[in-house]
Amino acid sequence: MSSTAYDYVDGNAAAGELSRIFATDVTAAEGQCAHCGAIKRFAEAHLYMQGPGIVARCAVCENVLLRLAKVRQRVSLDMRGITYLKLDTSQSLESSG
Amino acid sequence: MWRVGTVVAFHDETATARTITLEVPDWPGHIAGQHVDVRLTASDGYSAVRSYSIASAPNSERRVELTVERLPNGEVSPYLTQEVAVSDRLELRGPIGGWFVWRTQQTEPIQLVAGGSGIVPLMAMIRSRISAGGTAPLRLLYSVREPGAIFYRAELQALSNKDNPVTVTYAYTRATPKDWPRPPGRIDAALIANATWPSNVGPTCYVCGPTSFVETAAGFLAGLGNSPDKIRTERFGPTGDRK
Amino acid sequence: MGITSRGFSGRRSATDVKLPPGQYLTTDFPVLSAGPTPHVPLDRWEFTINEGTDVLRRWDWKSFRDLPTEKFTADLHCVTRWSKLGTSWEGVSLDTMFADVKTDAPYALVHSYGDYTTNLPLDDLMNKQAWIAFRFDDEDLPPEHGGPARLLVPHLYLWKSAKWVRGITLMHEDEPGFWESLGYHNYGDPWREQRYSGDE
Repeated sequence: MSSTAYDYVDGNAAAGELSRIFATDVTAAEGQCAHCGAIKRFAEAHLYMQGPGIVARCAVCENVLLRLAKVRQRVSLDMRGITYLKLDTSQSLESSG
Repeated sequence: MWRVGTVVAFHDETATARTITLEVPDWPGHIAGQHVDVRLTASDGYSAVRSYSIASAPNSERRVELTVERLPNGEVSPYLTQEVAVSDRLELRGPIGGWFVWRTQQTEPIQLVAGGSGIVPLMAMIRSRISAGGTAPLRLLYSVREPGAIFYRAELQALSNKDNPVTVTYAYTRATPKDWPRPPGRIDAALIANATWPSNVGPTCYVCGPTSFVETAAGFLAGLGNSPDKIRTERFGPTGDRK
Repeated sequence: MGITSRGFSGRRSATDVKLPPGQYLTTDFPVLSAGPTPHVPLDRWEFTINEGTDVLRRWDWKSFRDLPTEKFTADLHCVTRWSKLGTSWEGVSLDTMFADVKTDAPYALVHSYGDYTTNLPLDDLMNKQAWIAFRFDDEDLPPEHGGPARLLVPHLYLWKSAKWVRGITLMHEDEPGFWESLGYHNYGDPWREQRYSGDE
């Protein structure tokens, strides 16, 4: 019962929100899906961004990797679907080459 | 974190797409492939945010070019492609992205595959390569509906006329120029095989456009032997609009 | 908030109609999703009412469509701030579906095909307040809007109107659903602007 509507974007589209929270680029981060074990760059995740929050799903198994909602002045972040994310903190947030 | 850019110029790329040049006094610089989030706010406080790829190469001036395609049911794109005037101010956040980027230090062959408005970040990469010099050879496969839909037409034409490091192949999905050897149609495995670097030269591939286009093209590139980590993708969603 | 964009108003209509606080009127019908659109073949579709491990009622598509239906009009209020008024639907009232169900469980957890869930008091599904809707605007409900069938509970924010509904589990303890567990309000009354947990 899967969709072929291609109605998702990818991790690049959520980078504006997430890279601010992680204080570094998140799209190049390698991560592991807690459900199926697939290892991919966050840029490859399937992003559903049109609803009350951001939902990132594994490109392989479609299980939720992370969910983010902006609740007043807070950001609510559930990352149970990710076993790990490898973030490169050596780059400054605003990288110019 | 939101900066203010002032519109200093704009011009239409096609009947539905416009390039806007913004002056951003505190712009920190960017790398080709990155995007910005643009926020528009109505007088009653209602706001909308959309992501747009940066079209311009990294430069030392505090200027950023965005190319926006007007979507039929868009909320922001009609405003940016039809209403915006010189001296208007737009709020931007960015530059954003560290994976779908081309850095001038890269020397390997580069394969660019664009579907429609997916050409925008790839054009930034081409412009960056041209202005920085270096040795990386580039191939671009640019799929559009019909000839009138080509962005940066004159610039791409000039690139294919000179002895230069960029080779451009067009593919048309709905209508072709007169006497075009290939009938209109979506990209297929044969086109990808003919128009792209052989995988054994180890290219880094960048694929951008509507989600379905990206999935298809990336699948063909992988099928030709390019490893997944050498295929970088950016999906614009079902209609080509991001978010 | 920083600057105002000259001449920008977005995709909204001017209105004298009274809307819940913080809402804007829209004339289109945005498609908002937390995941891929499931495609549920009608010969495999089913809807169940469960309590614990007991299946209290089950319908396949044919037996569901044999139930008496109602046509109704609803105003939709999404927590993302758009409202769409006077939408027309056809569906089966939850009162009809619960007609032979005896329970003292006060809470319901609604399940969709896919992994979406939402919770609400059972009382809010009863008394002509909720339907399983399968037609919108005189056409079969399209998949992007929740077809073949979705829950519609117009008196609450639209995230409670689960698309691609597959069943309701009756609970003795409330359990927050997909958005509720991330900080959205447990009940979600748009007229009291209950968007987030902690809103009164």
